[in-house]
Amino acid sequence: MNRLRLLWDSSVGKKVVMAVSGLIWVAYLVTHVLANLLVFQGPGKINAYSALLRGTGGALWAPRLVLIGALVLHVIAAAQLTGRGQEARPVAYAAGRRPHASTLAARTIRWGGALILLFLVYHVLHFTVGTAHPDFVEGNPYQNVITGFRDPVVVLVYLVAMAGVGLHLYHGVWSSGRSVGISPPSPRPLRRSLALVLALLVWIGFSIIPIAVYAGLVR
Amino acid sequence: MRPLESRVPSGPIEQKWDKHRFEMKLVNPANKRKYTVLVVGSGLAGASAAATLSELGYNVKCFFFHDSPRRAHSIAAQGGINAAKNYRNDGDSIYRLFYDTVKGGDFRSREANVYRLAQVSVEIIDQCVAQGVPFAREYGGLLANRSFGGAQVSRTFYARGQTGQQLLLGAYQQLEKEIGRGGVTVYPRTEMLDLIVVDGQARGIVTRDTVSGRISSHLGDAVVLGTGGYGNVFYLSTNAKGSNATAIWRAHKRGAAFANPCYTQIHPTCIPVSGEYQSKLTLMSESLRNDGRVWVPRQKGDQRRPEQIPENERDYYLERKYPSFGNLAPRDIASRAAKEACDQGLGVGEGGLGVYLDFADAIKRLGEQTIRERYGNLFQMYQRITDENPFVGPMRIYPAVHYTMGGLWVDYNLMSTIPGLHVIGEANFSDHGANRLGASALMQGLADGYFVLPATIGDYLASSKPGRIDTDHPDVRQAETEVTESTSKLLGIKGKRTVDSFHRELGKIMWDHCGMARNAAGLQRALQLIPELRAEFWSNVNVPGSHAELNQALEKAGRVADFLELGELMCADALHREESCGGHFREEYQTGDGEALRNDELFAYAAAWEYCGANQPERMHREPLGFEYVQLAQRSYK
Amino acid sequence: MVEYDAGDIGPDMSFLEMLDVVNERLMERGEVPIAFDHDCREGICGSCSLMINGVAHGPERGTATCQLHMRSFADGDTISVEPWRARAFPIVKDLVVDRGAFDRIIQAGGYITAPTGSARDANTILISKDTVDTAMDAAQCIACGACVAACPNGSASLFTASKITHLSLLPQGQPERYGRALRMVAQMDIEHFGGCTLYGECQEACPKEISIDTITRMNRDFLRATLSQGHGAIARAE
Repeated sequence: MNRLRLLWDSSVGKKVVMAVSGLIWVAYLVTHVLANLLVFQGPGKINAYSALLRGTGGALWAPRLVLIGALVLHVIAAAQLTGRGQEARPVAYAAGRRPHASTLAARTIRWGGALILLFLVYHVLHFTVGTAHPDFVEGNPYQNVITGFRDPVVVLVYLVAMAGVGLHLYHGVWSSGRSVGISPPSPRPLRRSLALVLALLVWIGFSIIPIAVYAGLVR
Repeated sequence: MRPLESRVPSGPIEQKWDKHRFEMKLVNPANKRKYTVLVVGSGLAGASAAATLSELGYNVKCFFFHDSPRRAHSIAAQGGINAAKNYRNDGDSIYRLFYDTVKGGDFRSREANVYRLAQVSVEIIDQCVAQGVPFAREYGGLLANRSFGGAQVSRTFYARGQTGQQLLLGAYQQLEKEIGRGGVTVYPRTEMLDLIVVDGQARGIVTRDTVSGRISSHLGDAVVLGTGGYGNVFYLSTNAKGSNATAIWRAHKRGAAFANPCYTQIHPTCIPVSGEYQSKLTLMSESLRNDGRVWVPRQKGDQRRPEQIPENERDYYLERKYPSFGNLAPRDIASRAAKEACDQGLGVGEGGLGVYLDFADAIKRLGEQTIRERYGNLFQMYQRITDENPFVGPMRIYPAVHYTMGGLWVDYNLMSTIPGLHVIGEANFSDHGANRLGASALMQGLADGYFVLPATIGDYLASSKPGRIDTDHPDVRQAETEVTESTSKLLGIKGKRTVDSFHRELGKIMWDHCGMARNAAGLQRALQLIPELRAEFWSNVNVPGSHAELNQALEKAGRVADFLELGELMCADALHREESCGGHFREEYQTGDGEALRNDELFAYAAAWEYCGANQPERMHREPLGFEYVQLAQRSYK
Repeated sequence: MVEYDAGDIGPDMSFLEMLDVVNERLMERGEVPIAFDHDCREGICGSCSLMINGVAHGPERGTATCQLHMRSFADGDTISVEPWRARAFPIVKDLVVDRGAFDRIIQAGGYITAPTGSARDANTILISKDTVDTAMDAAQCIACGACVAACPNGSASLFTASKITHLSLLPQGQPERYGRALRMVAQMDIEHFGGCTLYGECQEACPKEISIDTITRMNRDFLRATLSQGHGAIARAE
C-alpha cells in the first residue's frame, strides 16, 4: 500500500498510472476496431460476435470494470497533473511561449481527452444502451450501425471524434512507453513509429465504417 | 605583519608531507563540531574544502555571490587535470610532475609545496572517480589521458572539453550532500566585503546579502578564502564577469600579505576583441596549435583577404623564431610573439589586434573530416562568435589574460600572514611560481580543498584555541560600520561616469603597461595614471539605485574600487622585479634573441607586499626560494 | 513590459553585450539598469536565463543566451525579453530569478556518497566508453532552467533526469540508485514543478541538447524503486 501511495502521490507515478491505464484502453480499442471491421462481412459475423460476448453473461462485466477503472484513474490523474502544471506557472509569459518541438497531438492531449470523454458518453448511449439512437434494436449491432450512420450529423461527430482519438493515441502511446521507462534510447527521441501505426489503425479503422455506411457501401 | 615563515617541514622532500601530517595537532573528533569554519567561495577549492571539512565534523558556513555554488568560474575550465598516475607507463612519476611544475613555473615557486601537490594529485583522480566524474575512458574501460603543454608525458585526465565543469559538479554534489546532512550552511548571493580580525586572529567576515542589501557579520574560528584570481583587473579577460579580487583584497588590507601580484598568465589563443562594447574574451583550447599554423602578412596594412595573400608574403613567425617548437611554443612565448607582430603593425582584423591561425595546410594534409573530428566543437564555437567559418579561411586569434599566479601569501599550511585566515586555490600564490602549466589549476584547487587544508586547519584550531566572541565585539562593529560607510559613499558620489567606464580605462592602462611585456617607463606611467583614475572614480562615479535591493551596479562598483588599488600594486611589483620570468616579461631583461632573462641572484624570492594604509606605498617582504631538488636553469624552446 | 531603445548595436555583439549597452545608457542618464543574471559568458555556468521572443535562450539551437549574437536578429526588430516564469523560480528582480529549487533537488540525492579520502584507485573501476559517453551527455547540464522555462507544465523533469541518468549509469552510482530516484523525484514535486507530458520542448530549449531519453531513464528508475526495489530504498527516501 505504501508503494502504491508513493506512486500515486508523485507526478512521475501519476504518469505511470496514466500510461498503464491508457495502454489498457489502447489494447481494448485495437480489439474493438478489429471486431468492428467485421461489419464489412455482412450482418452474420458481427452479430454472432456480439452474441458471443453477451452470452458470457456477467463475465463481460470484468473487462468492463477494468476499463471503467482505468478510465477513472486516467481522468483523475490527468486532471490532477493538469492542475499541477497550471499551478507551476501562475504568471504566463507576456509575449507568449513559442512551441518548438511539441506536436499538435501533444498540445491537444488535454482538451482532446476531455472531448473524447464526452464522446464516450454519447457513444455508449448511442450504440450500447441505445437511448441516443433513434432506431435502436437490442442484439442487432449490424442493424444499429446501418441505421445509426444515416444521419450526416452523427457521421460527422464520429469522424471528428475518431480524428481526436487518433491524435490522442499518437502522443499517448508514444509517451506511455517513456512514462513507464521501457522505450529504448534513441538518437531522435521524438520519433514514434509504433504510435503512428496504432494511431492510424484506430483512426482509419473506426472512420471508414461511418463513411462506408453513409456512402451506401455497407447496407 | 607577522614575519614570513614558510613553515616547510624539515627532512627529505618526499617525506615532508607525511611527516608534517603526523606532527600536526589533531582536533578530537567529538570537539570538531564546536568549531565553525567560514569558507568563502564555492569553486573547486571552496566547495571541496567546505564539503570535506563538514565530513570531518566541523561546523561549516559557505558563502558565495552566485545564486548556486555550481556557478563558480572553475566550471569553465576546458582542458583537463594533471595527475602523476603513470597509467600510460611513459615514465611519469610524482617526482616528474613536481619537476615539470617547478620548471614550468620558471623557478619562482616553493619546492615543498609543489612536491606535495604532485603527491596529492594521485588521490584527486581517485576521489573524483569515486564521486562519479565521467572522465574520458578507453574502449577497455580504463581512464584515458591526453598530453598537455610543458610536459613530455601524457598525464592529463579530461572529460571532453568540460573537465572543470565535471570536477566542479563533483565537488558541488558532495557539498550539497553535506548541506542536506546539516553540516554546511550556505549563504548564496552573499558577497564578502571585509575580514574581521580580533586580537590578531581572523575571526569572521562582513557580508552583504546582494538581494536584500543587508550587511551582516558571521563569526567563526577560522576563515578560508577560495575566491579565485584577479585577472579581471584587466577588464577584458577569460574570467567570468563576476570574478573579482574583493575578498582577498580586503583581507590584504586587514594584514594578509599579497605575494607576486605581477605574475599574470596571458593565454595565446583567444578570440580577438571585436569592438568597444566587448565584455569578455573567449578562450580557444591550446590544442588548436597542434594543427594550426600561426602567421601574419609580411606587409604592413595588407588589406587583402588572407586566402589572397601568397605564401611568400606571409610570415609564419613562430616557426621562423622557434624552429624546434614552432607553433607549439609555450604560452608566454607564443603570446609575446603575437603582441610583437601586432605592435609592428602587422596585426590582422579589426583594430589590427589579431594574428591568423591557419588550418588550410592541415585540412589539405589530413582532410576536412579529420580536422572536424579533432576540433569540430571549437570551430563551431569560433563560428558562433565571429560568424566566420574556419574551414574556409583562417581563424583570427589574440592573447588574453587568463590566470593569475599571484595571490595572498600562504605558508606550507595554506595560512596567510593573519593567523586563522587560510587561502586556497587560485586566490593564493603558492604552487605555480611565475607561470602555470596547463591542466594544473584544477589540480591545485582540488589538492588544497580536498586534502591539504582539511589536514592543516586542524593544526591551527587545535593549537590556537580561539575563544568565543559575539557580534557585539567592538572590532566586529567597527568592520561592519566601515563596510556600511563605504557602500553609502559609493552610492552618494552621484558623478557622471559609469562603473564600467572606469573599469575599461583601468583595464587599458594595465594591458598597455602591465600586460604581456612590461618596461620601467610604462610601469611608472601606469603608477601615475592609476592613482589619478582612482581619485576620479571616488569623485565622479555614478552608482544608481539604492543599497537595500539587488543592485548589480553597486556590486560592480565595490569590485572596481578594489581593482583600482590592486592594479597599482601589480605595477609596483612588476616594476620592482627587474628580471623576466614566466608571466612577467620585462623588456629591459631579455637575451640577445629576445628570450626572458631571469636573475636568480637577486630575485629568487617571493615578494610579499604589506598594506600600509590608503594611498601609501606598500612594504615588500621577501621569502627566499631555495632550489635543492630542481637545478636552476634557463628555459629554451629554440 | 517596458520598451527600451537599443540603438548602435553591431551584429558581432552578443545578446548580453546588447543589454550591457542598454544598461550603460540608462546609467549615463542616472537611471537604474535592468538586472539580469550572467557570469561566464561562455555558455557553461548556466547563469544567463532569458526568454527571448517567447523562446528560452532565444532562436539559436543548443545555445545559451550569452552565446547568442545580435546577427540572429534583423535591424529594427523589437525583441521581447522576459525572465523564466515558474512558481518554483520566484523572481528576484527584473530578469533575475531564484533557482535554489535546483540545488535542493540535488541535495535530495543528486550525488554519490564518497567522502574525501575513501576512494580506491581510479582504474579499479572499469566503465565502458559508451556508458561513460552517455553519462557525460547527461552530465553536461548547466542548470540554467531553460527546460523549466520552455515546458508548458513548468516541469523540472529534464534537469532532474539528467542528474539521475548521469549517476545511475555509472557503477559508482548503483548503491544509491533507487533511493536517489525516489528522493529527487519527490523533491521535484515538493518544489512545485509541474509534471512531464513529454512535449519535448525541454530538449529543444536545452543549450546542451540533453535528450528526453534521460526522462525515460528517470521514470524507469523511479518505477523500479517503488515496485521492486525493496523497502530499503523507500524507507531511506522517507
